[in-house]
Amino acid sequence: MTAIQILIDGFVISALYGLGAIGFTLIFGVTGVLNLAHGGIMVIAALVGWDAANRFSLDPYGAAALGVLAGLIAAYVTYFVVIRPIQRSKRIPADETEIFILTATLLWGVMIQEGMAYLFSDNPVTMRPLLPGVVHILGDRTPVNELMIGVLCWVVIGLLWLVVYRTRFGKPLLAASENPRALGLLGFEMSNIHLFSWTIYGILTGVAGVLLASFLGVSSASAGGLTASAFSIVVLGGLGSVWGSLIAAYVVGYMETITAYVISPQLRPIPALIVLVLVVYLRPQGILGRR
Amino acid sequence: MKTILRSRLLWLMLPALVIAAVGPWWLSAYYLGVLTMAYYFGVFAMSWDLLFGYAGMVNFGPTFLIGLGAYGAALLDTYAGAPIVVCLIFGGLMSIIGGILLALPALKLRGAYFGLVTLVAVLLLRYFIVIFSGFTGGEIGMMVPDILSIDTATNYEYALWFMAASALILVIISRSSLGLILEATGQDPIAAAALGFNVAKHRLAAFCISALFSGLAGGMMVFYSGTASVGTVIDISIGVQIIIAAVVGGRRTILGAMIGSIVILLADELLRPLGQLNIFVVSGICLAVIIVFPGGLLGLMHRQREGA
Repeated sequence: MTAIQILIDGFVISALYGLGAIGFTLIFGVTGVLNLAHGGIMVIAALVGWDAANRFSLDPYGAAALGVLAGLIAAYVTYFVVIRPIQRSKRIPADETEIFILTATLLWGVMIQEGMAYLFSDNPVTMRPLLPGVVHILGDRTPVNELMIGVLCWVVIGLLWLVVYRTRFGKPLLAASENPRALGLLGFEMSNIHLFSWTIYGILTGVAGVLLASFLGVSSASAGGLTASAFSIVVLGGLGSVWGSLIAAYVVGYMETITAYVISPQLRPIPALIVLVLVVYLRPQGILGRR
Repeated sequence: MKTILRSRLLWLMLPALVIAAVGPWWLSAYYLGVLTMAYYFGVFAMSWDLLFGYAGMVNFGPTFLIGLGAYGAALLDTYAGAPIVVCLIFGGLMSIIGGILLALPALKLRGAYFGLVTLVAVLLLRYFIVIFSGFTGGEIGMMVPDILSIDTATNYEYALWFMAASALILVIISRSSLGLILEATGQDPIAAAALGFNVAKHRLAAFCISALFSGLAGGMMVFYSGTASVGTVIDISIGVQIIIAAVVGGRRTILGAMIGSIVILLADELLRPLGQLNIFVVSGICLAVIIVFPGGLLGLMHRQREGA
């Protein structure tokens, strides 16, 4: 039965990884920002959702909605307080903007982690399942919630695809990731496009945080690890490539699950890290990268 | 103008060094301990600045080099009982090997990709130490049989003079032709290569120098505290602190990295009454410094003198 368990667990974990990484790659592709406070934003969504559920005795869906809202607000604060001042600063040389954004978001991530630890302690919390109960799939007991999370991840990813590829608001995002200068020359206001991508980013990352809290549990201390795993998946898939990130998420998710079940849970992340280093050495642009 | 300012800064450092050297007469044992740690951090941050500020390599894994030096020294001391000096040299050599391993991808990769490799290097080192916990003490860490000294003041002086010597050597290197060529390769590797400089060779040299000082400082820290543990020499958060110290102090200045480390570790201590919030506040202040004064603390001093 292990094979089926690996198949299901791997699928759900990979979907969660994919959802978590997709925002990270989107914001890099469109605005050129590597947000090292990424895990922090997921943690905010998870912890606020969990706290709201307890404090106002909300049902799991209301709590999840509040968590996503908190993630969105955190993304806006990241953009307006940390990133935009650096992008617009005249004192920072243009070729050094990138490292300033890396350092600033790193600091911001530390602030989020410490602030969350202060407000909610660093004990891991698990949100109540969205759907209770278990089902038997080919003899394997699986919580309904786990399946629900896998499905929800893909629904959100599908919605993102619809928005980006099929709507008037989304298409400029695609264009901005190809050639921002040309888009500016066509009369599009870049700051609006940036704001819109941060909105999408906040929602995606918020949903990922809330679902993660409902499946595996989250603590304020997970912020750094979540950023690192999103970063690795995104580089493995190719920076800025959404589909590459999804493929990479499945590669990493299944490798980790197989290692954990077949070899030892202690060694869980190691094969994926070694593959990552090899890919970066041999094919620096990642699976589907453009550069 | 710039060189005058810079050398004037070096002169300013002399009285500061004298005041620091007589620290044991006017500082409490507690602050001597805090400063001892700050001095080792200063060396970490200066080594990082040589790679980042001059060679333009974003190394997210300074603790990979530090950890190799620290654990190299600790393992040799524990299992072979070698004298401390031998252990430190061995640790330094281990770091240099690690530096070369990190430099190999750096010859091919740039920016975020290289940053990720260094990050993964730290994670892998950490996992290996935890997996071979029978040998390395794992998460808990390993006690080393020897320590530098049991006297706080002596430990303080060791750290201070080690930092001062490292600072002097690194500043000289950064102003030498090697430093200039590194700066050129960092800003435009293709132009530097077109001018006939061997980019690979210079980058490799920068990694070896940075690794040597990181490793020695890591080993010294182990023999100061008597333990080598993942939490004190390898954890990503230590690397984050080093990067922040170097950028807040002022990148591409070497001495700024040292000043940044001391200021941040002291601020951490002074704000301890805030309890859990102290790291939050220190990070917030650093963030404000980076956004408002991108040149860092040292850049701020320069600007003021130019204005006057």
